[in-house]
Amino acid sequence: MSAHIHLDEASIQKQTTTLNLGPTHPATHGVFQNILEMDGERIVSAVPTVGYIHRAFEKIAERRPYYQITPLTDRLNYCSSPINNMGWHITVERLLGIKTPKRVDYLRVIIMELSRIADHLVCNSVIGVDTGALTSFVYVFEFREHIYEIFEAVCGSRLTTNIGRFGGFERNFPQEAFDKINKFLEAFPRGMKEFESLLTRNRIFMERTMGVGGISAERALNYSFTGPNLRAAGVDYDVRVAQPYSSYEDFDFKIPVGTTGDVYDRFLVRNQEIWESVSIIKQALEKIAALEAADPSQKEVFYAPEADKYHLPPKEDVYTKMEALIFHFKMVMGEIEVLPGEIYSAVEGGNGEVGYYLISDGGRTPYRLHFRRPCFIYYQAYPEIIQGSLLSDAVVTMSSLNLIAGELDA
Amino acid sequence: MTHEQIIETLEAAFAGQLSDCDTAHGISAITIPAASNLKVLQFLYDSEDLQFRFLTDLTAVHYPNRTNEELCVVYHLHSLHLNKRLRIKLYVPVAAPKVFTASKLFSGANWMERETFDFYGVDFVGHPNLKRILNVDEMDYFPMRKEYPMEDPTRIDKDDEMFGRGGTIC
Amino acid sequence: MRPVQYNTNLKMVDLPEGHSGEGFFATSLNNVIGLARKNSIWPLPVATSCCGIEFMATMAAHYDLARFGSERLGFSPRQCDLLMVMGTISKKMAPILRQVYLQMAEPRWVLAVGACASSGGIFDSYSVLQGIDQVIPVDVYVPGCPPRPEAIIDGVMKIQELVGQESLRRRNSEQYKGLLESYGIQ
Repeated sequence: MSAHIHLDEASIQKQTTTLNLGPTHPATHGVFQNILEMDGERIVSAVPTVGYIHRAFEKIAERRPYYQITPLTDRLNYCSSPINNMGWHITVERLLGIKTPKRVDYLRVIIMELSRIADHLVCNSVIGVDTGALTSFVYVFEFREHIYEIFEAVCGSRLTTNIGRFGGFERNFPQEAFDKINKFLEAFPRGMKEFESLLTRNRIFMERTMGVGGISAERALNYSFTGPNLRAAGVDYDVRVAQPYSSYEDFDFKIPVGTTGDVYDRFLVRNQEIWESVSIIKQALEKIAALEAADPSQKEVFYAPEADKYHLPPKEDVYTKMEALIFHFKMVMGEIEVLPGEIYSAVEGGNGEVGYYLISDGGRTPYRLHFRRPCFIYYQAYPEIIQGSLLSDAVVTMSSLNLIAGELDA
Repeated sequence: MTHEQIIETLEAAFAGQLSDCDTAHGISAITIPAASNLKVLQFLYDSEDLQFRFLTDLTAVHYPNRTNEELCVVYHLHSLHLNKRLRIKLYVPVAAPKVFTASKLFSGANWMERETFDFYGVDFVGHPNLKRILNVDEMDYFPMRKEYPMEDPTRIDKDDEMFGRGGTIC
Repeated sequence: MRPVQYNTNLKMVDLPEGHSGEGFFATSLNNVIGLARKNSIWPLPVATSCCGIEFMATMAAHYDLARFGSERLGFSPRQCDLLMVMGTISKKMAPILRQVYLQMAEPRWVLAVGACASSGGIFDSYSVLQGIDQVIPVDVYVPGCPPRPEAIIDGVMKIQELVGQESLRRRNSEQYKGLLESYGIQ
């Protein structure tokens, strides 16, 4: 498909070899195709092809009532789906002007930080797998199972959570969920230290990843990078700090920033972000305990009262009161309207700024919903990053960028 | 600098070309004529006060009812210096949807414009590689436009009646 | 010359079971080969989306798939027995999936994991293939969105049942050839 590139006279071959790093490949985590022009082991140019899992989210979203879009947002970045769900709910709440109570915000923060830990654990262990270190992958997945159990206790599902409703959650967190979170916070630091001791100062890992796949801060900003990839390049832009949502301004956390933007920096930035997330979860639990100590009725708060229209009424009311029954029916049939308006709202996902551009025309489905997907935007830089590097370095670079196919193609 | 001051600076530089300026939900939005998109973007990039050097998002919307202005291309810019966002909209007719490409200024606009072309058919003049990116290359229509359905119209295994799409219920 | 007289009073009996067809020694051989095959399946995962992450959890230590004999995941179709399709297959990806299936050597089985691979899932849109059985024949479907690791293991166990009970000559039979013909596969 692409023409061979002629090499200069000093090289052994006179033109490059075409290598298809195809859609089904063990090293591409997700379906990405790269047609590489190689000079021996060195990559001269790369042409990526995406769209192998294009599921037409934006077209589907124009046909679904507002809360039926939540399962759709799950499947964007499916390693950290609660963040996408809550980003969507925060978008609609901002459009409607619903203010969530503090306890709801803190519970949301706990769930979002847990999913961020899950996402970064996958990415970092997969960087290890691509350099040949399979042990850390298996160790780390045990903690992901603990996180899945917490999600199950809250919403019933492990991976594609569909968690929350506009204004809060569908039910209060059971005591079991809090017990599991506490157990996780006790057991996880030890496991994380073990993971770090396997890889962070490992001579082989460091030589494989340092100086590989770097990008400068100016180029990263020009390519609209966000998230850990941008922070590894040296720019401290984090949506949680720049435009705080869900009471993130009440929390005290640091943003880790790298220098060269290479694979090792991204690995370290993600590791440090995991530690920061653990600290944020601890702070959130303390804040919730303080709220409940000051006012015991707070224990029952799990959604905003003004979002009543978007919340299924309690079952006792549905079976006894007429208005509640009608409401339940209207809501399930998707006949709840949202006021017209236009909004762009973003949250900090596992890969950066996940934005929702929603145009509502007052009907039961959005007029236009566009997802600003960080993976799609920073994958453009991949040919520039890997130019001149070895094939094995290209593989490690791809896994360090944390490309999630569902988010890339939508 | 507040959102109003940003819009005033822009109106001072591009007198008479801005329309529909408003600030809602923490982001200011302006509408500019389609031919001057590069001038506005370059001004916002170069201005030392504003420094809108981060292109957050680029997409399009289809309004079939606005004759001669059906496709609306929307840019979301972000100024890390001021920590403010800006939305720029421009309208082009669906018969000749030509917009100058922003990919020379922002490298990140490359694929975003390809995606917009793939979904809506907006022709970005000067784009290095304006081909379909997410859909199959042989597709001959622009699927996100309002006149096309969500489902594949050629599928035979699902009975549209059962899905409430037999034409009587929408 | 006397006319030749034939004894028309013959009683036809069938051969005892096992003498015809594969032969009487093949029935135990069937069992042994089935037992060996089903406990050493080498899967080829085609993990496209969310079901792929649940597959990673299935391969990890908590729900270990390696104890079913699938310790070695292959990524080359030539070396694998079981094609596990996990995740949504779009129309762009369908020819590639077919290529991968065609490159596999007999005997081969296909496991469709998840709602998207079985029937298109929640994505009834213009770009998603509504089930991989539009392009390749499928043996076992695992429903779920995504299916729990226990469900994926259940699917693999059903594949194991199929593998263990399959006759050695199934791949040459007319019925199987007809199945492949209906998919346009020679």
